[in-house]
Amino acid sequence: MSEDFITFDKNDSLCIIYVTGEVDLSNSSEVRKTILGALKTTPEVVVNLSQVAYIDSSGIAAMVEGLQFANSNGKTFKLSQPSQQVSSILELARLDQVFTIE
Amino acid sequence: MSKYLIKRIESVGMWSFQAIERLGFAMRLFWDSFYWLLVGRRYKQKVRLRQVVEQVRVNGFDALPIVTALCFVVGMMLSIQLLYALSDFGAESQVLLAIAKSVTREFSPLITGVIVAGRSGAAIAARIGSQVVSQEIDALKVMGIVPVRYLVLPPLLGLMISMPLLVICADFTAILGGAIFSVHKLDMSISAYLVESFNVLVVGDVLQGLIKSVVFGVIIVLVGATTGFYVTGGAEGVGRATTSAVVISISFIVLADMIASYFLTQ
Amino acid sequence: MDNLNKKQANNETVIEVSNLVTHYGMRKILDGVDLDVKKGEIRVIMGGSGSGKSTLLWHILGLYQPTKGHIKLLGKDIHKISFNDMLKLKQDIGVSFQSGALFSSMTVGENIALPLREFTNLDENTIRIISRMKLEVVNLGGFHKLMPSQLSGGMIKRAALARSIVMDPKLLFFDEPSAGLDPVVASEIDDLILSLRDTMGMSMVVVTHELDSAFKIADKITVLDKGKNLITGTVEEIKNSDNKRVMDLLQRRSRHDKLDPKDYLKRLTQENYTLS
Repeated sequence: MSEDFITFDKNDSLCIIYVTGEVDLSNSSEVRKTILGALKTTPEVVVNLSQVAYIDSSGIAAMVEGLQFANSNGKTFKLSQPSQQVSSILELARLDQVFTIE
Repeated sequence: MSKYLIKRIESVGMWSFQAIERLGFAMRLFWDSFYWLLVGRRYKQKVRLRQVVEQVRVNGFDALPIVTALCFVVGMMLSIQLLYALSDFGAESQVLLAIAKSVTREFSPLITGVIVAGRSGAAIAARIGSQVVSQEIDALKVMGIVPVRYLVLPPLLGLMISMPLLVICADFTAILGGAIFSVHKLDMSISAYLVESFNVLVVGDVLQGLIKSVVFGVIIVLVGATTGFYVTGGAEGVGRATTSAVVISISFIVLADMIASYFLTQ
Repeated sequence: MDNLNKKQANNETVIEVSNLVTHYGMRKILDGVDLDVKKGEIRVIMGGSGSGKSTLLWHILGLYQPTKGHIKLLGKDIHKISFNDMLKLKQDIGVSFQSGALFSSMTVGENIALPLREFTNLDENTIRIISRMKLEVVNLGGFHKLMPSQLSGGMIKRAALARSIVMDPKLLFFDEPSAGLDPVVASEIDDLILSLRDTMGMSMVVVTHELDSAFKIADKITVLDKGKNLITGTVEEIKNSDNKRVMDLLQRRSRHDKLDPKDYLKRLTQENYTLS
């Protein structure tokens, strides 16, 4: 179990979270904690999903929670470069119209 | 003629085969319920406390008004009959003892059992029966939820908890009912009657009623669930199962009552 | 046809049924059925009523015990694995029943959230988001608070579909997904089935007797007849088949048996007539 499937790139105003590999029930709570934690300390959080091979609903739900938290606390939450699999799942639930995707 | 006879014998054989099969099924339900209660956590089949509490509320608390009302009336009725019967011997004073003992040992568990069989037994049979018909049981199974753990264990625990509580309330109101009618004849105050009643009762009297009520609770759930699981033939089948659940569980309750009375009154 | 290419790239067998025999009382319902479904494939199972197609589905799901034969799902023999392994396997399986089989005592939202509540340790907030997301996928957004009895037939089927995919299963089974629905709703469900396969890569087994739907969604079709495999092939192969029974099925003719006038008269007139 390597723990570095989540990596940071952080400064005072922006935190970029890189997620790699597979996000499923076994590790989505970690993604959720990381996103919510980052949103508490920085005004803008971007989650880079370019290296995600597979994401399940709990992973997507973590993103939704991030967006919900950001919107209600006046912060910015964005997704960037979602992989093929991620964007098709976002489209299936029509979440591509909800997230700001770079 | 012989053809007719053979047919009759065949149907009797078929009937007894089914009866034994269902009896076995009910035993299995009882065993499985406690199996999942004990080891469920290990197999992700945890029993939710919320479900059990809900069952105590629905099967116990909601039945309280009708149970207490009927037991109150039964208490009064007993005192009418006993005053009449005992007055021939000039033994009216024994009414108090007779009511206290017969109510706690016999009448309140029996009345409670019959009422709960009519309410909860029917409801359990109807619920499980309609879930069989609508494939909800299959849906539970393919999800990985063991139906016994989810549908039988909560009402089983619920009734095993709520039946004794109901019986305690029933005991009290039945004695109160008896008191209200007989205090005048006995020339006592109601409070003195009640105090005296509790004095003549021994732990064994109340305990016998409580033990019976737990047994009745188990019978009600097992009969209701078994008839429910064996439902065939759509909505009509559910209706039939509901009726037979009530009839069968009341029969078993009376039978069990007799057996329990025999063994507990040695 | 890019799906076909994807499939060839991934030749893993996810459902394997071999020589399945089963009886109902004395009657043989399935008589040596074989089935082999690859990853990402949509397999439609067809056949007249009494052909054993639903029975086959219940056996694959482990609801019935066969007399003989093996069933392997995701490489595991379902009759040989332990309870916990079976439980884990069941998390990878979604089933959408003909009647929907939604739990009538729960709201639509609770129905969909049930597997998550029972088998995951997810936060309640996350569970709510996932279950509502699934409702959005089946186009029932905002309906989570209704009871199943308040839904129409088509909505019940869609809600049941949402519940079947809530754990993101690898295998999805459908029993008559579009039976009894109007053509518009039926084709919506077909589209949904296709898009689920394309986005999530699920493998599916669909039992149906709706020809239009079968031809639209199937990668391969298996036709059962009297408990036996009649034919398995692509949509084109089935359409061009010269097997008489298959042609009957395609032309929706069920009365292929030659009428015996004497027997027919008996059926109509004899008081104690029973099917032999």
